[in-house]
Amino acid sequence: MSTFFIPIIWAPRTDVTLSTSPPERVPAFFKASMRNTCEWYLIKLKKNSETLSCVSPKLHYPIPPIVLRLSMGATIVEKIFSSKCSHKIQAGQVVMAPVDAAMIHDITGPLAIQKFYEMKGTQVFDHKKIVMLFDHQVPADSIPAAENHVYMRKFARDQGIHNYDIAEGVCHQVVVEKGHVAPGEIVVGADSHTCMYGAVGAFATGIGSTDMGFVLKFGALYFRVPETIRADVYGTFQNRVGAKDLILSIVADIGADGATYKAIEFFGDTIQQMDMAGRMTCCNMAIEMGAKAGIVPPDATTWKYMKDRRAGIKPFELKSDSNAMFAEQRRYDVSNLQPQVAVPHNVDLGVPVSKVAGTHIDQVFIGSCTNGRFEDFVEAAEVLGDRTFSPSLRVIIIPASREEYLKTLKAGLIEKFVKAGALVEAPCCGPCMGGAFGLLAPGEVSLSTSNRNFRGRQGSTDAKVYLCSPATAAASAITGEITDPREM
Amino acid sequence: MMRVWKFGDNIDTDAIIPGRFLTIYDEKELAKHAFEGIRDDFSRLAHDWDIIVAGRNFGCGSSREHAPLAIKGVGIRIILAQSFARIFFRNAINVGLLPLVCPDTDKIKDGSLIVVKEREGIVLIDGKEYPVEPVPEFVYRIVEAAGLVEYAKQLKEAPICTKSRL
Repeated sequence: MSTFFIPIIWAPRTDVTLSTSPPERVPAFFKASMRNTCEWYLIKLKKNSETLSCVSPKLHYPIPPIVLRLSMGATIVEKIFSSKCSHKIQAGQVVMAPVDAAMIHDITGPLAIQKFYEMKGTQVFDHKKIVMLFDHQVPADSIPAAENHVYMRKFARDQGIHNYDIAEGVCHQVVVEKGHVAPGEIVVGADSHTCMYGAVGAFATGIGSTDMGFVLKFGALYFRVPETIRADVYGTFQNRVGAKDLILSIVADIGADGATYKAIEFFGDTIQQMDMAGRMTCCNMAIEMGAKAGIVPPDATTWKYMKDRRAGIKPFELKSDSNAMFAEQRRYDVSNLQPQVAVPHNVDLGVPVSKVAGTHIDQVFIGSCTNGRFEDFVEAAEVLGDRTFSPSLRVIIIPASREEYLKTLKAGLIEKFVKAGALVEAPCCGPCMGGAFGLLAPGEVSLSTSNRNFRGRQGSTDAKVYLCSPATAAASAITGEITDPREM
Repeated sequence: MMRVWKFGDNIDTDAIIPGRFLTIYDEKELAKHAFEGIRDDFSRLAHDWDIIVAGRNFGCGSSREHAPLAIKGVGIRIILAQSFARIFFRNAINVGLLPLVCPDTDKIKDGSLIVVKEREGIVLIDGKEYPVEPVPEFVYRIVEAAGLVEYAKQLKEAPICTKSRL
């Protein structure tokens, strides 16, 4: 990163970072004349893909209106933080911001509660804003798991927190469908896939247990406000290609660390036409690029979804300004996108299904917070038709929540799957947790609609996990090998 | 004036504290193995308040808090880097280390003597000033309290960053 000096006469932003002493690169004569009389802007400019930082004195006279119009707009993430902190915040700033809700589950919850007590916490900041549920090890699969549940239940009782316990399903699905998150809010969860809530236009991010202890006590946390990568998606999907294929291809393009500490804004015609389920799939996997958050600007689809979930909610406009400064903008045309499969052992190893078609598989898992919704099961059922699953493999189907389970049940799909040979389990993380059940033996291969294919994620470290869409999973479950769903 | 310990780009958490020492939790014990294998003289020779200066993406890799603890155990209080890995940045603050972003660390040499005026947003080396990105006051408070847990113990309510507080 190079630094240079420009004596600008307008403010590119009204609140760029300020320094009281002139940094290096400021010519000596200028420094001498300005020293102690002004503050200094530290400005970051984007030139092609390179970041340049430059410094400039902050001049103490009114800025002409015409020049103000030249000033940079804000991204949706900057707007959310600005609104929560009641003044203009820009990417790169570290701020202490209030949170609107916090989610803890059975794996990370106990440690967060311990930290809360270590911090001399007595009462949580607001018992109504804390979502507690168990989804990783449910019903308790071991005595330590049962003990964790007991420990958390007691905390919920003591604090007056509503505990969904084991009844409702996977944490992220439950937070969204029960209306614990709404557009423009800041929500944290002690789980990395918390970024999924960005699908409703909120800023949501996963945090560690120490940070969660702080949130439980104060209802606030410090954040480094992320810069935003905008993924501009356009075109119409081919039949049996959809949101999961899109996000696997974006992860492959950006890379496992290509969005580290940044937010990804999913934008464009294709996203606008996408249902909430698809948006959740995309935002869920933002973390697989290292992103702090994924976000879809709220639109009519979002507000319609929110209407039944948050009483009295009124639509408002929330989107990035047209002159906002993005870290990067990438365009994706989905019209020729093939079904994607991420091959072992990294999520960013996405390839078109044709490259791995014919690969033998031992287990298919359709479910998880990434793809365990009614829409995903409809997609799978359409591919299945009147056929049955191959007897050479196991098919495990797990709806992400009780609500999704009931919708799938009422539509007759559960019966269809069971008749076709699948095991349908009660809502939970299932094999994606890699410890509870549905584990793989050494040498076995799983094809999964979940979000991670790391070594050992679904059992043995000598097993392999491939990731795909519900359509590809269903097609492959019929044939017993990885199969392009467009051929079924 | 403190000595600079210079490191390159992408220093990962396994380089900071090798995985075989993760059963240790005491920061002084961890400190004996800091950068073991890549910079063996560091844990013996570094003094309290020396400064680590690094390139891009310092602290990448695992989320282990052992890494910033090992550095803190040596007596280091400040790390200057062009950028930090996301989780390390938080972990560092949360255990009481100050990570400062300085775009010009490539101009700083190993063994230089350095003065960090973090609140003024500059570092001084050989009479030259380099800018560092300022951090808000509450981050200093967390670091001075020796981490987030201690900071939270002292606190009645969180200092939300409204305009008056920045």
